[in-house]
Amino acid sequence: MTEPENPRPLRLLIADDSNTDRLILQAMLRRQGHEVQAAEDGQAALKLYDCWQPDMVLLDVMMPRLDGVEAARQIKALAGETLVPVIFLTSLTDAGSLAQCLDAGGDDFLPKPYNPVIIEAKLRAFDRMRRMHETLSQQRDLIKARNEQLLEEQIIARRVFDNIAHTGCLNAPNIRYHASPMSVFNGDILFACPRPAGGVHLLVGDFTGHGLPAAIGALPVAEIFYGMTSKGFSGPDVLRELNQKLVRILPTGMFCCAAFADVDFRQGMLRFWNGGLPDGYLMYKSGDHQALASRHLPLGILAPERFVAAMEEYRVEPGDQLLLMTDGVLEAADEQGQHFGERRLAETLGARPTGASPVDHLVQAVQGFTGSARESDDLTLLGLRVTGQDPVALQSVSAARSAVTGPAFWRCSYQVEGQTLGQFNPLPLLLHVCMAVAGLRQHSGEIYTLLAELYNNALEHGVLELPSGWKNGPEGFSRYYAERERRLARVDGHYIRFELEHRMEGNGGQLVIRCQDSGRGFDPDAPEGEGGTSVYAGRGLSLIRQLSSGLSYNKQGNQAEVVYDWELSENGG
Amino acid sequence: MPVHTRQSDDGETRTIAIEGRFDFSTHQAFRDAYEKGSEGVHHWVIDMSDTSYLDSSALGMLLLLRDYAGGDKASIHIENCNGDVRRILAISNFEQLFSIR
Repeated sequence: MTEPENPRPLRLLIADDSNTDRLILQAMLRRQGHEVQAAEDGQAALKLYDCWQPDMVLLDVMMPRLDGVEAARQIKALAGETLVPVIFLTSLTDAGSLAQCLDAGGDDFLPKPYNPVIIEAKLRAFDRMRRMHETLSQQRDLIKARNEQLLEEQIIARRVFDNIAHTGCLNAPNIRYHASPMSVFNGDILFACPRPAGGVHLLVGDFTGHGLPAAIGALPVAEIFYGMTSKGFSGPDVLRELNQKLVRILPTGMFCCAAFADVDFRQGMLRFWNGGLPDGYLMYKSGDHQALASRHLPLGILAPERFVAAMEEYRVEPGDQLLLMTDGVLEAADEQGQHFGERRLAETLGARPTGASPVDHLVQAVQGFTGSARESDDLTLLGLRVTGQDPVALQSVSAARSAVTGPAFWRCSYQVEGQTLGQFNPLPLLLHVCMAVAGLRQHSGEIYTLLAELYNNALEHGVLELPSGWKNGPEGFSRYYAERERRLARVDGHYIRFELEHRMEGNGGQLVIRCQDSGRGFDPDAPEGEGGTSVYAGRGLSLIRQLSSGLSYNKQGNQAEVVYDWELSENGG
Repeated sequence: MPVHTRQSDDGETRTIAIEGRFDFSTHQAFRDAYEKGSEGVHHWVIDMSDTSYLDSSALGMLLLLRDYAGGDKASIHIENCNGDVRRILAISNFEQLFSIR
């Protein structure tokens, strides 16, 4: 049928026990171009419905075997979610009976005798409704399928992300954290990575926005954070690189609020940077606490030349706790829409039982506040307990037999001079040179420590002439680092030179590190720790002695030589 | 409309006032407020008298305005912030980029 008012013939099922009525209706509908099948009672109609699947059903109300009302009920049940309009054919006229037809699941009724114009109009109206219902159902199914697909993809994406992001030491015994399983898609990040010379870097962040853009931004952050930290770069170096990268890749208006901590267990020192996250907390064993406030713009906003990566320094002792969090904690809402807020946070932390992890304690409090019905999905917290020993044993790369490959005999000299001393940290570069020897890679932590101790001694005592005795009391300690910053900013006319020399011997080799500075030198034979004044300086040198096969100084005391013998171990020791 | 604009008589200063929550739902209205007919505007005032709350996407929108208004050379004042709004601006250290009074 191509008549415009009836573009598509309908499949119509009619049931009427009156032969005359049935034949009249059948003829009328066929004339209008529809496909028609007819039944003599409800039972037959049901059977036909089942095998022929008509678009609409027209039922006489009173029929033998199964009446129209019951047949309608069963047809509707069979049709399920598909809309199959059921129209009752009736000579009844009282309102009650007609209403009963509709109550039984009928959609409308046609009074006998039939009027072809009305019938045609009603069929068209129901066809429109039927098709709209069909379209909506299809769209709903499509959306549902897409949503399932999206969730599936997120789970896979999360696995990929985890492999990149969680290579660190979040599972160290002194670290506690809480994050929603899908936190990467609400824009929160949480990383921890051991430093090659001991200590850890921690990063907690919160990207503006949700979903895919936030997750994509998190990937380069993870790469840079883990890559640079494990190569020995300092906190400010990592921060500058993160900021620069995010400025470049994120559109204006998107950024990453972040807190960065560098914890040095050996020196008992926390260095901290906060750009846009709520206060972090340093909770002393004594019960006092220090708020670690945001003093910087978030990452990804300022051009590199305006970005400030300076970190604040705090003394820490074993038993102190560090707590970092995103704003999900403050903004967690209860059923009345009240926020958890700073006052409750302070009260909760103040009421922490001694020895309890602040992360567990706070998560419990927030979940109690929001009520069990609410998902606490935006909570991201990271806690770290300061320990006396480095808790994160560096996972050594197990060396294959091929580890004896790489450069076997070489030497190099590298000198940093003038103002560069105040601006550039040569340690990652020097470590990189040494790591070209495959067999040395399983000792990267020790080598880095040796290089770092030598460099810091040369810089702080040789070049900057800082007296190590200052580092004893808490006040002297901060004075020492303030003075270090001040002198470093003005340093000129000095140099620090490293000479590295390596040769392979049998199943191992020997690395000699010489570090000379332009300072006046010191008397290496002077007694250490006299009156407890140079405990820290002494610790540096005794550490070098422990790690190496020998430490010696020239007469003037401005050149140290360290000999490091290594041997390839079977299990990557 | 939760975002209203007024312009000074000389046409150089435009004030944008945000009513209620300043968050992603305000995105299009806020953008229209600074883009439409803003040739000749040199000074910007964001009036937060009736702003109850702002979230990080609002901070992002402020950065977009700053870019639009000339980046480091932009003259943008944020005024009349309530305690919550002030706290969020302070945590993010936005006073380094905007004049907040």
